[in-house]
Amino acid sequence: MLRLDCPRCGRRPIDEFAYGAERRPVPASITDADARDLDAVWFSDNPEGPTTERWFHAAGCRRWLTVRRDTRTDTVIGIDG
Amino acid sequence: MTAGRYVDTLPPLRWDEPRRSYDVVIVGGGGHGLATAYYLATRHGLTDVAVVEADYIASGNTGRNTTIIRANYGIPEAIRFYEHSLELYAGLEDETGAEILHQEKGLIWLAHTETALRAERARCQLNTACGAETVMVTPAEIKALVPQIDLTGGGRYPILGASHHLRAATARHDRVAWAFASGAMARGVQVVQHAPVTGLLRRGDRVVGVETPLGRIEAGTVVSAVGGRVTTLAAMAGVRLPIRTHPLHAFVTNDFGQAFPRIVSDTELLCYVSQTERGQMLIGAEFDAQPSYSRRSSIAALRAYAAKVTHILPFLRDLRILRAWAGSCDISADFSPIMGATGVPGFLVTTGWGTWGFKAIPAGGEAMAELIATGRAPDLIAPFALDRFARDHVLADQGSTGTR
Repeated sequence: MLRLDCPRCGRRPIDEFAYGAERRPVPASITDADARDLDAVWFSDNPEGPTTERWFHAAGCRRWLTVRRDTRTDTVIGIDG
Repeated sequence: MTAGRYVDTLPPLRWDEPRRSYDVVIVGGGGHGLATAYYLATRHGLTDVAVVEADYIASGNTGRNTTIIRANYGIPEAIRFYEHSLELYAGLEDETGAEILHQEKGLIWLAHTETALRAERARCQLNTACGAETVMVTPAEIKALVPQIDLTGGGRYPILGASHHLRAATARHDRVAWAFASGAMARGVQVVQHAPVTGLLRRGDRVVGVETPLGRIEAGTVVSAVGGRVTTLAAMAGVRLPIRTHPLHAFVTNDFGQAFPRIVSDTELLCYVSQTERGQMLIGAEFDAQPSYSRRSSIAALRAYAAKVTHILPFLRDLRILRAWAGSCDISADFSPIMGATGVPGFLVTTGWGTWGFKAIPAGGEAMAELIATGRAPDLIAPFALDRFARDHVLADQGSTGTR
């Protein structure tokens, strides 16, 4: 993964971007309120495959992007803007 | 030291067909899995044990790390644990009879700012108080310890001082795995290679075995010593983990003609350098910010590491990168390992080994073996249980060069 297609700045080197966090809902199977908080704060799906996450264009337009990426190969599948 | 001496100590390894059931099945034939089996056999006389490995032993992070053994962490629980591991490593050749090329080198952690100096002074106090001797050294003393260093840091990162962790060491990583494997095999433990676990056998709440392409294997206790895909395995037991898996890159250069007998690490540039027994310079740095299971090295990482490390060790500019690789670091939410019960009967984990797993192999294996044999987590690892997150007793410790 060497470059990201920023919707505002175009194709830019990956060094300009900062990884934010994965975007995920707490699993619906967890119903207890405390367990849901615990999951949201600490736990992770840690998916092996496609994942949706936020990246920050720190050395560019300084806006957040939503990126879909495959963690098996560390390649970008698409930019949701 | 002659080549023959090392060849002669190559330990005998034997591979048998797996049986249908065992008292203990350990998933993952890396250092932690093999050490757990070894200590179950040697300390507790439990030999009805199998280690089930998806690929070949030490093919994961055990064979991919930069082999540094040290104890200078940031919280007392961690320092005591890693100090014990450091001591077990120092005695491992005598105990097993296998040559692991253990060399005590000392680790120098460079500081470039007043803030970093203060942090290193505090680290020295805490580490020495907890038994891991660490002292401050001046720039002149650093130059005497590492003559190749540029104290001006290429004009950009002047070296103001360092902490010197005296007993830090390195050892040959695959030989560590082979030593534990052969020691365990000699006592009746079976190690099964090329058997990826595809499912867990359940009976009610309990985990009672594993499914592999070689068939089902029943077990009184299943232990996950998996690196990388631990989240997937734990999910099969219904256990969620506070872990994200990130790649960490490393590389070696061609041979450097001089001796480089210390380990040099940098608090600001976040990289670490040592010399292999063959004379190559071995360099690693911080893990990639984005999680990934890819083990491909990237030119972006190599470029970044090389740019950092040549500031303090300019002689590296004249060398060439010989090999580069990556491993999968399971980074826990508080940067400390997770060892012990999971809340699911019959299923234990030793995970969250991030960038600090190799140095922990003997102590982690010994403690997990005691937990399995006695049903009680020894004091050394009790604070590292998974339920610490629910109890608000997290062990925040970014005590590794790769994690700050």
